[in-house]
Amino acid sequence: MSERSVRGGVGPLVLGIESSCDETGIGIVRGHELLANEVASSVAEHVRFGGVVPEVASRAHLQALVPTLRRATEAADIDLSEVDAIAVTAGPGLMGALVVGLAAAKALAVALNKPLYGLNHLVGHVSVDLLDHGPLPSELAALLVSGGHTSLLHIRDITGDITELGATIDDAAGEAYDKVARVLDLSYPGGPVIDKLAAHGNPKAIRFPRGLTAGKDQAKHRFDYSFSGLKTAVSRWVETERLAGRDIPVADVAASFQEAVADVLTVKAVDACNYLGVDTILLGGGVAANSRLRGLLAERTEAAGITLRRPRPALCTDNGAMIAVLGAEVVAAGRPPSSLEIGADSGLPISTVLV
Amino acid sequence: MSVVLGIDTATDVRVGLARDGAVLASEAFESTRAHAEQLLPLVQQVMATSGVAFSELTAVHVGVGPGPFTGLRVGVAAAITLAEVLGIEVRGVCSLDVVAAQWAGTGLSDEFVVVADARRSEVYWARYSADGIRREGPFVSAPSEVPDLALAGPGAQLTGRPVGGPIIIDAGLLAASDALPAVGTEPLYLRRPDATVPTTRKSTLAQPRIAMMVAEPPEAP
Ligand SMILES: [Zn+2]
Repeated sequence: MSERSVRGGVGPLVLGIESSCDETGIGIVRGHELLANEVASSVAEHVRFGGVVPEVASRAHLQALVPTLRRATEAADIDLSEVDAIAVTAGPGLMGALVVGLAAAKALAVALNKPLYGLNHLVGHVSVDLLDHGPLPSELAALLVSGGHTSLLHIRDITGDITELGATIDDAAGEAYDKVARVLDLSYPGGPVIDKLAAHGNPKAIRFPRGLTAGKDQAKHRFDYSFSGLKTAVSRWVETERLAGRDIPVADVAASFQEAVADVLTVKAVDACNYLGVDTILLGGGVAANSRLRGLLAERTEAAGITLRRPRPALCTDNGAMIAVLGAEVVAAGRPPSSLEIGADSGLPISTVLV
Repeated sequence: MSVVLGIDTATDVRVGLARDGAVLASEAFESTRAHAEQLLPLVQQVMATSGVAFSELTAVHVGVGPGPFTGLRVGVAAAITLAEVLGIEVRGVCSLDVVAAQWAGTGLSDEFVVVADARRSEVYWARYSADGIRREGPFVSAPSEVPDLALAGPGAQLTGRPVGGPIIIDAGLLAASDALPAVGTEPLYLRRPDATVPTTRKSTLAQPRIAMMVAEPPEAP
């Protein structure tokens, strides 16, 4: 596919607000051009709890809201009255966190008299690549891997035709990272720290299980994932070694665990492309910043003749730009705006792009 | 000249509007579970029916509780965003002070208490002098700890004692009054977030539990 760059004032000017978990993100785009992407994270406040505490996150969103909005408008060098639309994450995510962003977005929409678009956070993770690599092909697969979600998607229209081919049946990949990090007495969040350690370890040191890859799982769970067994296998292995009085080869455990995750994610992603007959796959979500997943997926898609698209790591974690650019696509597609009465939906299905 | 929007979501959804201290509107959407959905539509409706444009607003007054946190944050998020985008002042006030101001000046000669529902069998309350000045609080406590004084406020009935004063929060007065003390725009949470720091690692080994009890506790690498 040729990469067409849409730069230089083409497309609607959209402000996007994201507050579904622990990042308060406000992004501003013009079509596929990124003008601002300001993120305030409360991750440091959650570290000692070993996971995101919803009430702590919600309080932090409220505090970060106006300063982040101010930084975004300054960075984009626009006046808010110029925007064509306000986009906001309507779900899925933490209810108390989502409503902070939703209230702010509605306030902007009524005060500026602009249309409001309540959007799906997960689809935002996929659409953020538009900022890096321009328009999507007419049909593609996407592998979405984040703290709360692990899904394989079939996308025919990012603004309205997305089906989930498979998903995790227990833990998300990101959760498995956090849990394994805890087993290894590493800090939260587990993803970056395990990725770093794994670089110094041997990925073949320990053979951890690959969930739902056995022949018997193919009929029912060909495109589904399971990380709960892997997580348990890692903690059993570590505990057994500790009880035996042996030192834990932390880097080897990290590398072997990470290899198991990346292996199963990429094998099924390539299988999905072949099954769907698509020649492009997009990698999105916070865990898409993981070096081994990026590397192995690049290797395997290339071998299979599949084009891999992946946003730069800085755009993979939660941010407002992904919501803004999805908003710009939705506006450009002529979709009707959301009602001012929409609520947040903590369990919004990925097939619902716009509420 | 002042045109002030008042927002309070400490109980249900309440929106008021005032011009030069005179109430133009005081409306409510009477649901405690629809703040995110109904607040901004109500703001838009109050502005439209009063014939006031957003560009005419000179300030936003917002009740910052105490009250249930999620609803409270919807009101505060909307208020501070409106103020930011319109380039106007936002003043956060204690929601209980609004009820106190409603009752004060009606010939009261004694101190009184304004009470709100804090859920989990507790109440928020503050004590006021007869002229509506807050003397103590707001606190969160069991209803039995509320002082034995005249009662007002949306949670007053939870004390099981007779209620003498207003029970709803009047967002019209919230908008109209410049006398309510500013308390900042951080919600009056009064409670710390529910969260526990994990202490012990859960064992995944069913069998060697006994061995663990006699062995030295495993050291972190
Ligand atoms: Zn996310």
